[in-house]
Amino acid sequence: MIAEHLPALPILLYLFVALLMPLANELGRGLPWTLSWLTSLTVAALGGYGLWLTSSGGAIRYAMGGWSPPIGIELVADPLSCFFTFAIGAVSAFVLLHSRESVERDCGAKNAMTFYASSLLLLAGFSGIVGTGDLFNLYVFLEISALAGYAVLGCGSAKAALSSFRYLIIGTIGASFYLIGIGLLLSKTGSLNMVDVAAILQVDGLGPVTTLAVVFIFVGLGIKMALLPLHYWLPDVYTNAPATSTALVAPLGTKVAAYALLRLGYEVLPYEALLADLRIFDVVLYLGAVGIVWGSIMAIAQDNLKRMLAYSSVAQIGYIAVGFGLATPNGYIGAVLHVINHAVMKACLFLVTANLERQGEGTSIKGLNASLRKKMPLTCACFALAAISMIGLPPTAGFFSKWYLLLGSYDQGSWVLVVVILVSSLLNAVYFFRVLERLYLGKDEDAPDAPKRARLPWVMGLSTLVLALSLLLLGFGNVYIVSNFISPMLPGF
Amino acid sequence: MTTDALYQTSMVPLFAVLVSMAAIPAILFSSRMPNLRESWSFLAAGIKFALVLSLVPGALRGESVGITLLEIAPGIGLSLVADPLGVLFALVASGLWIVTTAYALGYMRGHHEKKQTRFFCSFALSLSATLGIAFSDNLITFLVFYELLTLATYPLVVHKESPDALRSGRMYLGYALTAGLLFLAAAVWVNLRVGEVSFVAGGFIPEGAFGDGELKLLFLLFMVGVGVKAGVMPLHSWLPAAMVAPTPVSALLHAVAVVKSGAFGVLRVTGFVFGPEMMKEHGLDVILALFAGATILLASLIALRQDNLKKRLAYSTVGHLSYIVMGAALASPAALTGSLMHLSAHAVMKITLFFCAGAIIVHSHKTEISQLDGLGRRMPWTFAAFGIGALGLAGIPPVYGFLSKWWLSMGSLDSGHSLALGVFLLSGLLNAGYFFPIVIRGFFRPPAPDAHFPKGEATPWMVVPLCITATLALVFGIFPDFPLPFFEIAGRVVESVMGELPQALNAKEIGLAP
Repeated sequence: MIAEHLPALPILLYLFVALLMPLANELGRGLPWTLSWLTSLTVAALGGYGLWLTSSGGAIRYAMGGWSPPIGIELVADPLSCFFTFAIGAVSAFVLLHSRESVERDCGAKNAMTFYASSLLLLAGFSGIVGTGDLFNLYVFLEISALAGYAVLGCGSAKAALSSFRYLIIGTIGASFYLIGIGLLLSKTGSLNMVDVAAILQVDGLGPVTTLAVVFIFVGLGIKMALLPLHYWLPDVYTNAPATSTALVAPLGTKVAAYALLRLGYEVLPYEALLADLRIFDVVLYLGAVGIVWGSIMAIAQDNLKRMLAYSSVAQIGYIAVGFGLATPNGYIGAVLHVINHAVMKACLFLVTANLERQGEGTSIKGLNASLRKKMPLTCACFALAAISMIGLPPTAGFFSKWYLLLGSYDQGSWVLVVVILVSSLLNAVYFFRVLERLYLGKDEDAPDAPKRARLPWVMGLSTLVLALSLLLLGFGNVYIVSNFISPMLPGF
Repeated sequence: MTTDALYQTSMVPLFAVLVSMAAIPAILFSSRMPNLRESWSFLAAGIKFALVLSLVPGALRGESVGITLLEIAPGIGLSLVADPLGVLFALVASGLWIVTTAYALGYMRGHHEKKQTRFFCSFALSLSATLGIAFSDNLITFLVFYELLTLATYPLVVHKESPDALRSGRMYLGYALTAGLLFLAAAVWVNLRVGEVSFVAGGFIPEGAFGDGELKLLFLLFMVGVGVKAGVMPLHSWLPAAMVAPTPVSALLHAVAVVKSGAFGVLRVTGFVFGPEMMKEHGLDVILALFAGATILLASLIALRQDNLKKRLAYSTVGHLSYIVMGAALASPAALTGSLMHLSAHAVMKITLFFCAGAIIVHSHKTEISQLDGLGRRMPWTFAAFGIGALGLAGIPPVYGFLSKWWLSMGSLDSGHSLALGVFLLSGLLNAGYFFPIVIRGFFRPPAPDAHFPKGEATPWMVVPLCITATLALVFGIFPDFPLPFFEIAGRVVESVMGELPQALNAKEIGLAP
């Protein structure tokens, strides 16, 4: 039974538990927290189960409410979407596990329930985007995740609410672009089902209406994934929001938009025409390349650790865009792998900032000093590991996404990209070692009479550690992941 | 995994790599008990050396043994395989680690250095990385350990945590990470064109896979990748700057493990990726030889002008590393033999010199050469050992350095690059020029009136190791196969890469080998 309904289960589970939250809150103060991370863990398990099912038995298609597509909404579970469901579940489980104290501090104990309810809605949206086979349904899930995201990011300070409002406006514009795009597609094809639309466009080719639709869709999703130059909303939001909210939204939010772009660009829209006539892949490719360099340079210029990480996200999204735009098997693998790798890295890094905030250390880089290493050895070690992965040194996860992207760049004979990828690794090294130097080698500036703080709660330490260690696991397991989950899903190049 | 098993399965290389990594938790947990902590280092060093020794008989038969751990990129395994060249390098690094551990103990305590636990941990990790480099079976495994070595040695370079040390650390990272990236670019390119990254004696890049220009670019990428650690000019500046590290680091890492990893990388790339024939065909040997030759001479000239003892040694190291590079570039059987022998010869001799410099620093707090007048009479063992090392580096018999230089010189003749012979001879003179005055000052100049030399020698923890290495330099100079068969292993490597032993001379006939 589970196998049959698998495509719908993660979404429904999240929605259902989100609605249960007020009730749970009445039953016990800690219950919303417990329920939320348990739900995510279950979704991760469902994703894992789905991987096992679909990698041997092929994709599972699910007609929502028994309405068969193209009339009804179709959900699809295939190895790639299951892998993403697994990643969403696993990463968010550890972030939520980590979140209890920070949420009560930043949003107030009374609002904790609201935070968890909106978090689950957010995750329902994410897993919907990953699992849907319907263009309009994708829009709905984009909006669900976006609206819930504003609530999650806006809690806490007034500044957070303001930057979240800005994100709301820009995000809505992005979603509207996307909506206009699929509206145009609908007028042309008369269908919203992805498989159906793909088949029709295959025959029709790229007319003026479809071209316009493609442009709208790309711009809309580009805003959502913060592709340069549509990234301006991102640094403010990530910096001003509470660290926990950022840790929840940052690793996954932009990534599911990237996932949607990958799926639409390669499987739904007429790929050959996009590549040859419209050359939109090249546009994304070079925007990505510029984003890599620009994001890295801006990251170097920041003094706030969260802001630095936010700009680094802009750069990392550039990597994904480059992999997407290369339009070669290796580039595609690199993009997908980097979506996963970067999600784990960034979640780990933002949890580190959350740990810093929890211990009252602040996130100004100038304020970091070697006393932290003694007070929070585990957090510092996790930061170091994640930083090494961000720089892309073997055998951590980050190295391998770079490996595939480099292979892809050579495939295309694009030396510029090779140089960009290599230079960006160095820039990453500059801004991460700047922090590491302060953490490990700076003067121990802690006043001897400073009040002793309580130790970091063990769940916070554990979550950070698990994510950090997964980076090694992802690194050593990259061949397994690529050959089992990504390669079978390669679109026809 | 996908490559044909060209080697017999054995866990020994893996264990040899891991043993010092396994010592790290033990070192960390006994940080409060320095004696126990250092005994872990000794234990790990001893086991490591024993494991490497057990690989020697196989290497002498020209065999390779090892294991592939897992597939790290599609079709590429994380493979640790001990072939003769790897065993040669591993033997040098792990053997000298034992001596250095004793020396480091004396130095760090005598100098009252802080954060000794971190120091010994990083040291152990560096050794793991070094052996990993030695036993890497393909470009990617090599790169993994190459980057690990960079990270593991960074804490050692910045050990003092002074602004100076931090600056040197940044410089080191900048150079080393850039090099690693260029190496990566080259490795990816090769992987894509050839579909193969495993080292094969004599080279694995088929003729025609790359155009002539592309091949030169590829070679350049590789050479910058390994040349930074090998200190080939103009990529050498990090090495003198890194002398800010504690002297045991300079001794084992910046004269043996790290820089030799670079030189070893040059040997791997020239002999096992491109192969001597392809090098000659496309003129790559001349390019490399030009850089190496220029480095040898320039480094010696700069060394002449240094007053700081460790800086002078550093520039001398830069010069001598390029002896090895030059041997690899000339790529004749005799030159390669010389190159391989210099790998071990320079290690033994230069580590002696650094040990002496450290003993002088700890005991008398003198760092400049001009302050050393008359110190030799107080520290006769130290200065005698320094003298032996200096003789060897200048290439004077019967020290080990003479043999390697002899073979290098023969190699420059039979490869037809007689200009290289001139470089070697001139460099010998320059070496004598910048080393002998130090010994002469120590023994024959009267001490300066304001020099306050302490009585006697430094602690035996430091003096005994440096006497051991000096003795080794002498013994190897007379019996190149005793106590460790460096010459024979070198012969196996040359045989596998060049397909023949040096023909210019039969070493046994003229009595240079037993």
